[in-house]
Amino acid sequence: MVVLASTIGYLLASVAFDPRSNYLGANPPIPESTITAKLNNLGVNPDVPLVNRYVRWAGNVVTGDFGLTIGEQSVNEEISRRIWVSLRLLLIGSVLGSVFGVALGVVSAVRQYGLTDRAAGTASFVLLSTPVFLTAILLKYVAIEFNTRIGGTFLYTIGEYSSDFDGNGLQLLLNRLQHLILPTLSIALGGIAFYSRYQRNAMLDVLGSDFLRTARAKGLTRRRSLFHHGLRVAILPMATFFAYSFGLLVTGAPFTETIFSWNGMGQWFITAVQSNDVNSVSAVIVFSAVLVLLSGLLADIAVAALDPRVRLR
Amino acid sequence: MGTASDRRITRSALIRRRFFRNKLAVVGVVVIAMMFLLAFVGPYFGKYSWDQLDFFALLQPPSSEHFFGTSQIGGDVYSLTLRGLQKSLIIGLLVAIFSTGLAAVAGGFAGYLGGKVDRGVMWLIDALLVLPAFLVIAVMSPLYRGRTWLVFVVLLAAFGWMVTARIVRSATMSLRERDFVRASIYMGVPAHKIVFKHLLPNVASILIIDATLNVGATILSETGLSYLGFGVQPPDVSLGSLIAEGTSSALTYPWLFMFAGSALVLTVLAVSFIGDGLRDAFDPGSAKSKKI
Repeated sequence: MVVLASTIGYLLASVAFDPRSNYLGANPPIPESTITAKLNNLGVNPDVPLVNRYVRWAGNVVTGDFGLTIGEQSVNEEISRRIWVSLRLLLIGSVLGSVFGVALGVVSAVRQYGLTDRAAGTASFVLLSTPVFLTAILLKYVAIEFNTRIGGTFLYTIGEYSSDFDGNGLQLLLNRLQHLILPTLSIALGGIAFYSRYQRNAMLDVLGSDFLRTARAKGLTRRRSLFHHGLRVAILPMATFFAYSFGLLVTGAPFTETIFSWNGMGQWFITAVQSNDVNSVSAVIVFSAVLVLLSGLLADIAVAALDPRVRLR
Repeated sequence: MGTASDRRITRSALIRRRFFRNKLAVVGVVVIAMMFLLAFVGPYFGKYSWDQLDFFALLQPPSSEHFFGTSQIGGDVYSLTLRGLQKSLIIGLLVAIFSTGLAAVAGGFAGYLGGKVDRGVMWLIDALLVLPAFLVIAVMSPLYRGRTWLVFVVLLAAFGWMVTARIVRSATMSLRERDFVRASIYMGVPAHKIVFKHLLPNVASILIIDATLNVGATILSETGLSYLGFGVQPPDVSLGSLIAEGTSSALTYPWLFMFAGSALVLTVLAVSFIGDGLRDAFDPGSAKSKKI
């Protein structure tokens, strides 16, 4: 499946993109022969038959070489740098989102139709109907308002760290954190909205079940029965969602990364498409196909680890 | 109702009654109706058309001349927003109809015929699910640059039918063992007639609910792609591209994207209310009906 997906990805990108357009319109004009030589070097010359280009690309990919970007940098280096930038954001964002979402969902279910439940329900409905890019922009808006109120820059809205910053150790960490807050929040908010809804439903199903009544009847406290017997069952579907959503987050993050100038995989993909960069785009597609499949596997493992009923079978 | 037992009630009347008892769903219908009215009748009340520039009013805040203010180059934000709303609504509707239709046909035939057809369809579904639709459509965007936005609609639909097709398939697989289907088979009714006349009407409720929820999901992905410049191409506008244009100066000139943004959120919210209302009306016992 990964092979198929990456083949389709490479062919689509090769057919759709026009790498030559990058060199046209330059002043002074670049000689035709230079352009052709450059395109040949990158392996994206449209005059070479598609099959030849594909075989050359696939042969390199098998040996672990994704070729050169349109700017003639190594795609491999670019990936290995950006992967950590993206992961830092996505891991923190989605973990926060799922933890708070699950907690909120449990509270909403236990106090059904209470104030928290209704407030959380309305908020997550609105959040789920708001595209990520709008949430991110509004967050930026609020942050800048906040900064002007306190008369300094506490929440940075752009980049991973201040380039002119020369502190070290703790100060550097603080500076990075200040940059991390907003993008993380924009990812976590969506997660909270999503998980709290599902956790609430799962928890409500469990709350009415017989085994919970048994637990209470044998003398367990309400808290103990809820957490030890209720939550452990109700959290199972969330583990699946979490594993799956992690694979898809790679494609969900382009908006957040672009808006907050976070130089991760998503932002790279967007700029690569805009600059007709066949090799970079294909690399991202391979990467995301692998991640989608891995997350499916991860979901199965997580369920097996958490659910003794699956293990026994 | 008094003596309810002697008054007969059809299923559709029952569903309608359940649906309209749901306050949120009714609010959703009203909001959507208003959005359509605004999008298609609203332009007649504006003083400028969407592609007309007023060079004497650049970046003006909302006024009686320009209801929603003007943009950097003097475009009337009111008519631009309505134009974008039109595009987003039409694309949402068309894609929902196409992709749900495709899902019904593919899932129906796969479930009814089984065997090779089933394996082929399932293989296609799996292959399409590995590649995130967002990536593929973004990659293909240069292909429809300068062409009609209908290509974009086809692409969105082509990558949005897989999950529904799976649901339809498993529903038809259980339906196909029922007596009325057996009877039609023995009467010599051809396969395509069985699928369209006997099987798909039985999963109509799934299809209607799914198409509704698809409208919201499509509007979200369409505006997202348009926001990044991979969707509706200029000079035409969609809510997504309007928001993208407005955000560069969102702080000083909030009217540039505020109206487009709220129209977008309201529309999607209303569609999801209608979808949930329909689900509750069709299937009051389902676990998902607890979702608020």
